[in-house]
Amino acid sequence: MRQYAGFATVQETNARYKYLYKQGNTGFSVALHLPTQIGYDSTHPMSAGEVGRCGVAIDSLQDMEELWDGISLAEISTSLTINATAPIILAMYIAAAENQGAKQSQLAGTVQNDVLKEYIARNTYIFDPETSIRLTTDVCQYCAQNLPKWNSISICGYHMRDAGATAIQEAAFALANGITYVQAMKNRGMAVDSFAPRFTFIVACNINFLEEVAKLRAMRRAWAKIMKERFDAQDPRSMMFRFHVQNDGFTSTAQQPLNNIIRTTISALACVMGGCQSLATTSYDEALALPSEEAARIALRTQQIIAYESGVADVTDPLGGSYFIEWLTNEIEDGINKYISTIDEMGGAMEAVKKGYIQREIQRSAYDYQKAVDFGEQVVVGINNFTIEEDLKIQLHEIGENVEEKQIERLKKLKRGRDNEKVGHALNKVSQVARSNDNIMPALIEVVKTYATVGEISDALRDVFGEYREPSIA
Amino acid sequence: MASKKIRVLIAKPGLDGHDRGVKVLAQGLRDAGMEVIYLGLRLTPEQIAQAVLQEDTDVVGLSSLSGAHMSLFPKTIKIIKEISSKHYLFICGGIIPQKDIPKLKEFGMAAVFGPGTAIAEISKFIQASVVEAR
Repeated sequence: MRQYAGFATVQETNARYKYLYKQGNTGFSVALHLPTQIGYDSTHPMSAGEVGRCGVAIDSLQDMEELWDGISLAEISTSLTINATAPIILAMYIAAAENQGAKQSQLAGTVQNDVLKEYIARNTYIFDPETSIRLTTDVCQYCAQNLPKWNSISICGYHMRDAGATAIQEAAFALANGITYVQAMKNRGMAVDSFAPRFTFIVACNINFLEEVAKLRAMRRAWAKIMKERFDAQDPRSMMFRFHVQNDGFTSTAQQPLNNIIRTTISALACVMGGCQSLATTSYDEALALPSEEAARIALRTQQIIAYESGVADVTDPLGGSYFIEWLTNEIEDGINKYISTIDEMGGAMEAVKKGYIQREIQRSAYDYQKAVDFGEQVVVGINNFTIEEDLKIQLHEIGENVEEKQIERLKKLKRGRDNEKVGHALNKVSQVARSNDNIMPALIEVVKTYATVGEISDALRDVFGEYREPSIA
Repeated sequence: MASKKIRVLIAKPGLDGHDRGVKVLAQGLRDAGMEVIYLGLRLTPEQIAQAVLQEDTDVVGLSSLSGAHMSLFPKTIKIIKEISSKHYLFICGGIIPQKDIPKLKEFGMAAVFGPGTAIAEISKFIQASVVEAR
C-alpha cells in the first residue's frame, strides 16, 4: 500500500507523510510539482501558477532534506515519480540520505525514470529522446552498481492508458519501451541479470474487471518471454514482471463522485487478482481536485478491506483456469506481440515515438472512446446514463494562496546564503561530464550537495543538449 | 456569414502536459466543421495571446489539469483583451473546482467544461455563441 502524495511546500507534505505513516502506510510515494519535473526553479517565469500545485516544490537539496525531516531514509521505502529530471532528484535523495548518515546501499525504493512515455503521454520531457535515454540509462547503471535495493526504473503503461490507450496498447507500448531500456543497458556492456531484476513497471487498472485481470496475466507472460528469449536472461528474477498499479484516474467521474469509491474497489480487486505487487487507489474526488484528507483515507481503507477482509489476496492467480480469462489472456498477448513486431520493424520504441506512431495510435483510441461515450455505446454511470442534478458539496483540498510566494522567498534566501563559487565549479563539472560518455550521477550528487538548484542544473544540461519541442500531431 | 467556418484556437498554458482532452476536442470540433488550431503545450499567456491575434480566431479554448487555471486563465484573457479589441469567445476545461467557475466568468470566461462533457455539448455552445456574436 503506497499512496501517492505531495503538494504545496515541503513542510505541508512532510506533515501529510507523517499522517499517512500513522494510518499504516508502509511506503512513501512522492508527487513533485511540474516545475521540478521539467527542470525549472519556482522562480522561473514558466513556473508561475504551477508552484506546489500538483506536487511538492523541490528546488534544492534543502527542500529534499526538510521533506524527510523526522523520517529516517535508511528505514523506509520511497517511490520518486520523476522522469526528465530523475537523475537530479535521485541525486538529491541520495545526498539527503547521506546527510542523515545513511549509506547508499541501504536505500530502498523506486525512481520512475521512464522518459520515453513522456513523449507519448504527460509530456514532461526536456531533452531529445536520445539524450533522455542516455540519462535514463545513467541512472539505471548507477543504481545497479551502487544501490542494490533500489528499483532503477518503473516502466509506465499507466500514463499511456490515461491518455487514451486501450488495454492492449498500454501493455504493448510499455513492454516495447522496456525493451528499449534493456537494450540500452546491454549496449553499455551490462549483463542482463545484473540490472533486470531491478526493472519494474507501473500499469493502470481500469474498470473492465476481466479485461484488466487478463491484461496483467498477458503482460507477465510476454515480459518473461522477452527477457528469456530476446535478451537471454538466466536469472528468473530478471524475467519477473514486477508491477505497481495505479487505478486509472480517467475512470473517475466528477459527476456523483461517491460512485468513484465503487469504481476504485472493482478496479483494485482486478489488479489484486491479476497479481500486482503494490497498489495505489484513486481518491473519489480526484476528478474534481487534489484529494482531500478524507478521500485519501477512504482510498487507503479500500485497499485495507481488500487485503485484510476479502480474502482475495490469500491466493495467487485465483482466476487462472477460467475459460474466459485464459482465452482473453491469449488474445491480449497476441495483440501485444503484433504491436511489438510493428515497433521492431520501425527500429524500436524510440523510433516509433519519433515518427509519432505510438502517439497517433493512442490518440485514435482516445477519440474512438469519446465518441462511444458521446453516442451512448459505452455507458458511463452519471455521465451519459443515470444522471442527476446535483450540487457538489464535498470538502475539497485546497492549496493555500501564498505557497508560490513562500517558496520563491525560500529559494532566494537559499541562494544568498550558499557558497556560490562552489556551486559554479560543481555546475561546470556537470557540463563537462554531460559532454563526455561518463555516467552523470556522481557529478550530480556532488553538485546537489552545494545546494545548486534543479533549474540551475537543468540549465547546465540544456546548454549541452538543447531542448526538445514536440512534433505537431493533433 | 453562416458559411464562414468558425475558427477555434486551443492551447495549454503553463506546464501541464495532460493533452488527451484537448486533442480529442480538437478532432471533435474539426469533425463538427470548425477550423481548429491546436497550439500545443507549455505556453505562456503572452505566447497564446500573440497566436490568437495572428490566427484571427473566433474562439479561444484553454485547458489545464494541474490546478494553475486561476492564475493562468485570467491572465491570458487579460492580455488578449489588452492587445485586441475583437470579441472572442473564451472557453476552458480541465480539473476546475465549482467554486472557481463564477470567478473565471467574471474575468470573461464564457463557459467552463469539466470532465465528462460531450463534444457535441461544446460544439453546440460554440456554434450558438459565435452565430449570436456575428
